[in-house]
Amino acid sequence: MISVKNISKRFGKFQALDDISFQCERGQCIALIGSNGSGKTTIIKTILGMVIPDKGIIEFEGKSIANDWTYRNDIGYMPQIGRYPENMTIGQVLDMISDIRKIPEKSLDQELYEAFRIGNLLNKKMGTLSGGTRQKVSACLAFMFNSKVLILDEPSAGLDPISSEILRDKILSEKKKNKLVIITSHILSELDDLVTNIIYVQDGNIRFHESIHALQRETGEEKLSRVITSMLRQEDAKQNGVQPKALKDQWL
Amino acid sequence: MKKMIKYIVADILQSRIMIAYTIILLVISFSVFAIEDNPAKGILSLLNIILFIVPLVSIIFSTIYIYNSSEFIELLVSQPLQRNAIWLSMFAGLSLSLSLAFLLGSGIVILVYAWSATGFIMLASGILLSNVFVAVSLLASVRIRDKARGIGAAIMLWLYFAMLFDTLVLFLLLQFSDYPIENSVVALTALNPIDLSRVLILLRIDVSAMMGYTGAIFRDFFGSTSGMLIALAMMLTWIGLPAYISTARFRSKDL
Repeated sequence: MISVKNISKRFGKFQALDDISFQCERGQCIALIGSNGSGKTTIIKTILGMVIPDKGIIEFEGKSIANDWTYRNDIGYMPQIGRYPENMTIGQVLDMISDIRKIPEKSLDQELYEAFRIGNLLNKKMGTLSGGTRQKVSACLAFMFNSKVLILDEPSAGLDPISSEILRDKILSEKKKNKLVIITSHILSELDDLVTNIIYVQDGNIRFHESIHALQRETGEEKLSRVITSMLRQEDAKQNGVQPKALKDQWL
Repeated sequence: MKKMIKYIVADILQSRIMIAYTIILLVISFSVFAIEDNPAKGILSLLNIILFIVPLVSIIFSTIYIYNSSEFIELLVSQPLQRNAIWLSMFAGLSLSLSLAFLLGSGIVILVYAWSATGFIMLASGILLSNVFVAVSLLASVRIRDKARGIGAAIMLWLYFAMLFDTLVLFLLLQFSDYPIENSVVALTALNPIDLSRVLILLRIDVSAMMGYTGAIFRDFFGSTSGMLIALAMMLTWIGLPAYISTARFRSKDL
């Protein structure tokens, strides 16, 4: 559904993405993981057309996204830090994005809106909201339009435990509707049972891109955090014989 | 695009700075006309204040607004919208609200106290100036990523147009006073929108007689209909060109 072909991006001297290629299909839930500054958000932003790659092409359902904007009708995006015009109320922001999407009110997905009780806060100005409440608004906006693709950048950062559980259930139910979900997160435990595929990004390169079952089989581990650790250990041992213990300490 | 403009204007008009700007303009215009019994004199006093304040507020407010909405622009870019439409809506939203603030603050007072061609030119140049400096600030903020440097650049640009430019022209005039440079001075004026509006209004009020030989040249040039049209075209270029370049840059900008 989305195929990324040989994407490179350079910010000044910093090589953010170095010849990255991968494919995503419907029904998958892909976790983009990697350390800070490894290029996860840049990958997401190139897919959304917010960052324009120096080289390579991205295809959405077989069509190149360069100079196209209509494909974003099919994407729901939840940014890492959602900031909105300070003087607008939550209601206005929701109205505006609905206006832009031109989707009739009946077919909007109001599940998160109700679960997060956004209705009680409609007249609050965006400038006065806490980080967590803004995340809730961002989540509502991402899920509201029944988009075929959901891209969530650190969805649970700043959310309280109950809300992040609600969000997690919502992601699960969307995944079952044969949608493509792409998530970045640093909290590996919350990705358990959620993801089907893992893309591990390091220094602008993809270290590995495999299904979770294959990884579990390969490493013999169940928990995602352990799978990743032992995967990295194996790879490093294969490549340059780094001491496994050192790497494990780095991770945990 | 219309909807976006509507929301941006609504957002800007609610900001306190905008309300303060309108009230300050209103108070200044009112008091100037209340002190001066002759409307022409009133216009002249008001002119200097307006040529100072309008560009300053327009360029700095717009620059800060764009930087503060950077995440909001990101949100819009991630929606199914054309980048051109987003950037032009920002431009339209800013210039509409700044023009509206000028109209409410100074426009009404000018129309009440100085219902004349001069008053109308004053009004038009105030609105054009607001637009010019919104366009210039868009260009500055699309080129410079860092907020502090961007606002610094906006202040420098204002200083340049409002003060440094005149000094440079004066310097050139003194240096080349032995040569017949009057025509080139007219051309130089076109390079600064603030000067352009000042000359236009001064010529209307007929104080150009005090400007000596150069004033006569100005009068010869800007006094005629074609001169006025050329001046208007220059002002519109000052709006169009920065707006066009900044839109082109925004299209390929990484957010």
